[in-house]
Amino acid sequence: MEQTNVMLQATLLAGAILLENGAEIERVEDTMQRIATNAGYPDAQIFVLLTGITVSLPEAATSQVRAIHRRGMDLEKVDQVNTLSRRFAAHDIDLTQFATQLDQVNQAVPTFPFSWLLIASAVVSVPLMVAFTGHATPADLVTCALAGTLGFSTYYWVNRLGSIRFLSEFMGALIIGLITLIGEHVAPGSYHPDAIIIGAVMPLVPGVAITNAVRDTMTGNLLSGPARAIEAILSACAIGVGIALTSFFY
Amino acid sequence: MGHWILTTGILQLVLAYFATAGFGVLLNIPRRALNLSGWVGAAGWLTYEFLYFLLPTSINVKLAVGNLIAAVVIGVASGLAAHYKHMPMIIFNIPSLVPLVPGGQSYRVVRNLVTGHPHVASEYLAQVVIIAGVIAIGFLIAEFINRVTWRLIH
Repeated sequence: MEQTNVMLQATLLAGAILLENGAEIERVEDTMQRIATNAGYPDAQIFVLLTGITVSLPEAATSQVRAIHRRGMDLEKVDQVNTLSRRFAAHDIDLTQFATQLDQVNQAVPTFPFSWLLIASAVVSVPLMVAFTGHATPADLVTCALAGTLGFSTYYWVNRLGSIRFLSEFMGALIIGLITLIGEHVAPGSYHPDAIIIGAVMPLVPGVAITNAVRDTMTGNLLSGPARAIEAILSACAIGVGIALTSFFY
Repeated sequence: MGHWILTTGILQLVLAYFATAGFGVLLNIPRRALNLSGWVGAAGWLTYEFLYFLLPTSINVKLAVGNLIAAVVIGVASGLAAHYKHMPMIIFNIPSLVPLVPGGQSYRVVRNLVTGHPHVASEYLAQVVIIAGVIAIGFLIAEFINRVTWRLIH
């Protein structure tokens, strides 16, 4: 009985970490099924939705549920769960060790320092502005780097402090719009506000979420795919409205 | 064409490399995967830009075909990279999509709706649907190619 409980908990936790950090539904189900099989329960039934996971063992007449409330992107965690699952499959670690190490992955994994995130958001914004629009005057480059960095840090800190998802995207977009607006009055020479905004919002926009929504739907997850799409549409709305509020002043 | 590769091509390759690696940092991918995922993204974007330059068709067809082939390239390249580094595929294919995915278009849809340009908004909406659908199909094709090569090798 004890063993069954540990197995159920570990399987659910692995699935939850994957789902909360950006994996597709099919990958979550696949990994959980592997873990259950390797733990000695090949007949385990796994049911994964975007908002919750169920594992049940028909033979033991038992099942457990775990609700998923938070969804973000942290591929380091996905990688570590994958590595642990492989080691478990290779009998490097037993079920108890697997469960403890999963707990550690869920608590803390290496992250990049905030300064790296700032540089990265500029490195995403500026090259994409140039690649998409071809505009690269000095005023554009500097404003885009500033707007991209400050927009992302606003998003990051609002998320950190209050963890209200769509508000953080809205605030980030608002800051980007404001900086672009200020730049228009300060910057010398030729200046392309549309190009700057399209570059600066790239760290925030839900492009990957939209694509994942379609992929999930195509693999037969007819509830989770559209649910992801709704989440993506809401965040596109938050960003679009944030920018539109400032663009009335042009 | 040679001239295009030397001027636009190399510039776009470098831009996409940096954008992908930067997005990788934002998604917190493992550090040892940063460089490789940058190159996967660069390969995908170069494919797209090259097809966009080459195809003599309307913009929507260019978008569809370009993104489809680029997604196949990214899918196959991330399959190879994942196998080489012993990491899950999404570590390479998610950051690599950043230049291609319709994030910019999706925000433009809402912005144009709010500022009162529904016609522009519907054009961008069509692009969002085309690109997202085509990338998903591209990944399916890449998955198929990966499985077939895997079978042939073993």
